[in-house]
Amino acid sequence: MDNTKRYERLLERYRNGDLDRRKFLGLMGAAGLAYGLHTPFAKSALAAVSEVRFDGWGGVVSEAFRKHAFDPFAQKTGIKVVDGTFGSGDEYLSRVKASQGGEYNIAHLSGVFDYARYHGLGLTSELNEDNIPNLKYVIPKLSDVFRKITNGKLSCVPYDYGTTGLAYNRKHISDDEMKEKGAKILLEERLKGKIGGWSDWRTRIWYASLQTGQDPNGATDMEAIWDTLRTHRDLLLKYWGSGAELMSLLAEEEIYVTEAWSGRVYALQEQGHDIGYMDPPNGFGWQECLFVIKGSPMEACEELLNFMLAPETSIAVAEGQNYPPALDPTKVDLGKKIPTLPAFDPKGTLEGLTFADPEYWNTNEQEWSKKFGRIQKGY
Amino acid sequence: MSIEKREARQPWVLLSPALVSILLLLIVPLMFIVVYSFWLRTATGADQVGFYLDNWIEVLTDEFYRDILLQTLRIASVTTIVCAVMGYPAAYFIARSRGNKAILLLLLMLPFWISYIIRTMSWINILGVSGAFNSVLMMLGIIDEPLQLLYNEVTVILGLVHFLLPFMILNIYVSLEDIDRNLEDAACSLGAHRGRTFLEITLPLSLPGLAAGGLLCFVLGAGTYITPVILGGPRDAMFANLVFEAIITQLDWPLGSVLSLVLIAVLGSIVLVYNRFLGMRQLMKGLA
Repeated sequence: MDNTKRYERLLERYRNGDLDRRKFLGLMGAAGLAYGLHTPFAKSALAAVSEVRFDGWGGVVSEAFRKHAFDPFAQKTGIKVVDGTFGSGDEYLSRVKASQGGEYNIAHLSGVFDYARYHGLGLTSELNEDNIPNLKYVIPKLSDVFRKITNGKLSCVPYDYGTTGLAYNRKHISDDEMKEKGAKILLEERLKGKIGGWSDWRTRIWYASLQTGQDPNGATDMEAIWDTLRTHRDLLLKYWGSGAELMSLLAEEEIYVTEAWSGRVYALQEQGHDIGYMDPPNGFGWQECLFVIKGSPMEACEELLNFMLAPETSIAVAEGQNYPPALDPTKVDLGKKIPTLPAFDPKGTLEGLTFADPEYWNTNEQEWSKKFGRIQKGY
Repeated sequence: MSIEKREARQPWVLLSPALVSILLLLIVPLMFIVVYSFWLRTATGADQVGFYLDNWIEVLTDEFYRDILLQTLRIASVTTIVCAVMGYPAAYFIARSRGNKAILLLLLMLPFWISYIIRTMSWINILGVSGAFNSVLMMLGIIDEPLQLLYNEVTVILGLVHFLLPFMILNIYVSLEDIDRNLEDAACSLGAHRGRTFLEITLPLSLPGLAAGGLLCFVLGAGTYITPVILGGPRDAMFANLVFEAIITQLDWPLGSVLSLVLIAVLGSIVLVYNRFLGMRQLMKGLA
């Protein structure tokens, strides 16, 4: 709520007879005194925040953020957004862990499990939601999962969502074959040397769970999963490590099939490549958020988050990065392109997507990431 | 202050900025790594401070780490041998050329003007399925389907050779330049043919340069991280990749510290052995 709104409400109460004239004038005087005392310091405090650091996934995603959010925000507020990138959430967390408080401010994090890890390391902040009125446009389900972890408070705002499904070259693999084989296409002997795979241990174990007919959020036969990961590794050309590498491998036809991020595949399709995309049953759904790290200049960060959640900004970014925004389609008109993006849910309930259970994945993270690291290298 | 004392102090004064830099940027961080190596990683990713030998025991007893270390040393050795075989003729040619030596040396330095990562990635455009090499072979009708040339150990070695070859050539070149040409002329005048002169005079006298180049190539090759990431396949990881993975992916800084120290110890031992038998003088000349 801004000061104008507060004044209007006070005036309304006075006019309605809820406040007598003396009390009304007294409150106005107190407000004036508070404003007079606060403003010089607040101005200098705000003036000190000349830039905010933002780290994201690079490539087309960062381009969209820069063009549609950071540059207009800097023009509007004078606060420069220093734009950094990372290749994986793990890599970024390591950098944050090594940094001094306040060095990193906002990150485009993926998955609730990452949010929980940051909370576990004491890196969460507490957003003042009054400063982010555009949060009202966000699909409530996306915020609720974060609130559960941080006792009803938020250290981030949900921003977009997508899936890690299967991308395939239609010249070599038909849509019918994909429908028939689903996740098991990644274990197809015929495609040996033409299969790719993300080097992320969670995605690998998720897909191995699907390939062994297990619940991706509750696998019970881990030996079967390790064996499947070894089979996949032996059929693989390369583990890819970034969205740019994924796009290059698919576009250059080095690989014919891999699991892939929905938005990146859409970008390839826009470029004219005949790459198909499908989410197998229980495919990996994820949501991304704009996470504010402890020690950041909160008001400037909140102002940026509010700017980025404004429907016009959010829609422009979503169209640029090819991931549906976290805005509730029942509250906001999302235009023409967004409903065509992979993983888009017109109802805003996201019931068709399976998200990673943070407790399940984070409990096993230490053991499984190490185990996968060994399998990846031939063991 | 006497002149002797002032002269004795002068080198230390001149060296002090470099010594302070080494202390702050190398020795102190190394001490941090040593301390870290005795800590443990907790389930949340935070570090548990204390004195634990668990990570040391794991790294020194687990076959996985030993095998990757041996694979790293093997790849570095092969790279060094290839660099030596390819580098010697090039260095010999430059050293024996007459008017265009400066241009040849400049050409040798040219790759350093381009980022190592970009140079490594350029092989994807050359050897990739739709890269230059496959395109030419298909255009000439030699093959119908593109060959899968990338993402294996050979391409890792190729990338390393591309990166390290100039270091080898420069070291051999410096060594060849130091050889008194009269010795070769004397051998010829005593009846030795050119091949025998090379084998008995030039090659033995240039061995210190070859050894210095070999040491540099080996140490830099064994410590590489980015080449196997860009050009390697699933089974081509090197030891530095394990360090990266422990610290970055697994957030296990204590384990990553132990792995770093093991790699430093192994490569440091090789440098010490080299120094014991050949000394560092030739290496310094090559680097200069």
